[in-house]
Amino acid sequence: MKVKLTTLAVSALMAAGPALADLTYPLLSYRTGAYAANGIPFADGYTDYFTLLNERDGGIGGVPTRVLECETGYNTEKGVECYESTKGEGSLVYQPLSTGITYQLIPKATADNIPVHSMGYGRTSAANGKIFSHVFNYPATYWDGASIAINHILDVNGGDISGKKIALVYHNSAYGKEPIRTLEELSKKHGYELTTLAVDHPGQEQKSQWLQIRRERPDYVLMWGWGVMNQVAIQEAANIRFPMENFIGIWWSGSENDVLPAGDGADGYKALALANPGGDYPIYDDLQKYVYDAGKGAGAGDQMKTVLYNRGLYAALLAAEATKKAQELAGTADITPAQMRDGMEALVITEETMAGLGLPDFGPAFEVTCDKHGGSGLGKVQQWDASAKTWSVITDWIKSDDSVIQPLIMEDSAAFAAENNIAERCN
Amino acid sequence: MFYREAGDFSTTYPQDSQTFPIRFDRYRYYVVLAFAFLVVPFLINDYWANAILLPFLIYTIAAIGLNILTGYCGQVSLGTGGFMAVGAYACYKLMTAFPEVSIFIHVILAGGVTALVGVLFGLPSLRIKGFYLAVATLAAQFFLVWLFNRVPWFYNYSASGQINAPERTVFGVLVTGPSAPAWATYMFCLVFATLCAILARNLTRGTIGRSWMAIRDMDIAAEIIGVNPLTAKLSAFALSSFFVGVSGALFFAIYLGAVEVGEVFGIQKSFLVLFMIIIGGLGSIFGAFAGAAFLVVLPVFLKVVGVDLLGWPTDIVAHIQFIIIGALIIMFLILEPHGLAQLWRLTKEKLRLWPFPH
Repeated sequence: MKVKLTTLAVSALMAAGPALADLTYPLLSYRTGAYAANGIPFADGYTDYFTLLNERDGGIGGVPTRVLECETGYNTEKGVECYESTKGEGSLVYQPLSTGITYQLIPKATADNIPVHSMGYGRTSAANGKIFSHVFNYPATYWDGASIAINHILDVNGGDISGKKIALVYHNSAYGKEPIRTLEELSKKHGYELTTLAVDHPGQEQKSQWLQIRRERPDYVLMWGWGVMNQVAIQEAANIRFPMENFIGIWWSGSENDVLPAGDGADGYKALALANPGGDYPIYDDLQKYVYDAGKGAGAGDQMKTVLYNRGLYAALLAAEATKKAQELAGTADITPAQMRDGMEALVITEETMAGLGLPDFGPAFEVTCDKHGGSGLGKVQQWDASAKTWSVITDWIKSDDSVIQPLIMEDSAAFAAENNIAERCN
Repeated sequence: MFYREAGDFSTTYPQDSQTFPIRFDRYRYYVVLAFAFLVVPFLINDYWANAILLPFLIYTIAAIGLNILTGYCGQVSLGTGGFMAVGAYACYKLMTAFPEVSIFIHVILAGGVTALVGVLFGLPSLRIKGFYLAVATLAAQFFLVWLFNRVPWFYNYSASGQINAPERTVFGVLVTGPSAPAWATYMFCLVFATLCAILARNLTRGTIGRSWMAIRDMDIAAEIIGVNPLTAKLSAFALSSFFVGVSGALFFAIYLGAVEVGEVFGIQKSFLVLFMIIIGGLGSIFGAFAGAAFLVVLPVFLKVVGVDLLGWPTDIVAHIQFIIIGALIIMFLILEPHGLAQLWRLTKEKLRLWPFPH
């Protein structure tokens, strides 16, 4: 009986939730746990951008926006609870920031007709819009990331890496396992030797992995890490005096919070970049004026201008642009999640759009189409300067190797379609 | 006044040995069952099913399983997460290998597979006891998770290492997959939870349950009076693992739909289920329900109060949750070491005398 009473009390509280009329963007954030160091800046950036739109422009198309934050702690079960509790509130697009939760939401959100934007993470084969109607992973996918990293190594070595040894240190989860297949295919093409080293959640213990790296002396180490795993890996690499310029992280392993704990040891560490780092953009003047100075900043307000804060801004910007597109297509300002999905599928980002939004020369230009949800597939490489405590971009946009990735995407999405009886769209 | 044995005459032996000897208790039990089976399915929505009721029912089955092993037989186990993983992966392999067989049978078979694995890992319990056994089961936990991560056959060679539940129906109604209606998934789990609870209750008050309790209370004395420790301990491991396996299968197939073994069935799951039976009450079937409800509903309740009602920042609420739940666990251990079930027992004693306690 106790159970029933408690549940009744909860239902009474649920009924007393806030009224809804705004454009609602749920944010499944994590400000606690082993991944908080990376979750906080992203969540702050995402929230601050929508606050800016409300304060400066009065929302999007005249309708105010609302960010519905729900703490997941990077935990799948809590993520499901968050999804179920927010989906009824008119949530337009989900941004889970966790590959595990994305895998949960792909079938659920598709059934509920709500789009998911797993920006540069999640299931890579969702880039095939013919199969995954409600999942978007623009501007680039994990497999693009793997290919971009290899292309960078090729550039450094004058185009020949046959016989080189490359090790992959990865988070032992769906996230970390994503690039393995691509790296194996690429190793056939380029003739390098691949070693994979799994690091278990949460990633604080990596002594044995780095001991193995020390013993086998790979020429390059790639990393698919997140949260506390990044900091530990960079510290361990510094401890064994691994040449940092040969250590390349994915774009989720390249924020200030990852390299700062290792101090000078992290100097020269490289990571991929989805967009340019730094805070030298006109948008920060507006943020200063309308958000920070007005005391409306999210969180502790100490994350601005960092890589992941910028990525949060970028994610929110892409969501807002897709909303504008959706409003234009639907002819109404108060759009539904289904219209939002149409907007995301018709999204076009050009250099001019980005400049107009106060982020000139920030991210790549790309176009989303019915069959292509993966964006440009472009990335840069950034390098950490420990004395100046800044990331500096060292390459131009690098294109991923489509000839390898596209067949893999087709193969994996076809397997998913066969498992779940999904017919191809967009034909 | 209403809650007493007086006036309720048993005329047959089965009547004399029924689970609820007090008439009021019996009717309350029927009312709860009727409410759960006949009322809730009509009121339930996705949120209620996926955020509260499914995890509650599934954790209850796991807690019943662990309670048999730890609460009744006295063998401390930290391998619950690993055994749930066995259930989940067995269910997945069966579902994909024999798509034409009913999911109902697959879940039971998954429990059977887990029982076999449980017996295997229970063998050391014949030689080692207490903390040492806990460490041996901890090894099972880590070994099983490692195994499911390591051997691609278990996840059908999928690129991400995840297992995904294909759509399956019971009587023509979907129970797995994203389109399954909330009431169907709820009913499926409710049937299993009810059957498991009835089965466990009747096992624990029969011969086999008494031999478990004898082993728990003093194994040497039990051996001297003729309880065979080999069969008692191994049957406890087998039955316990069966329930845990069923819960793992339901956790994967019905509740989550996609599972990543390291994250979902890690060591923290073993601890969570152990906390459930400690808070609920060791050696009590009601305790399994109470403990699961406490640890599933309370965090959601605190979140709803803190975030939705009071509008506090989500991280503060998450931290307060840790503080409150931690404090409550300590309070329970100090004030009522026998758990919620003991509180319920005391209430019943008081009810018997009410309203004339003297």
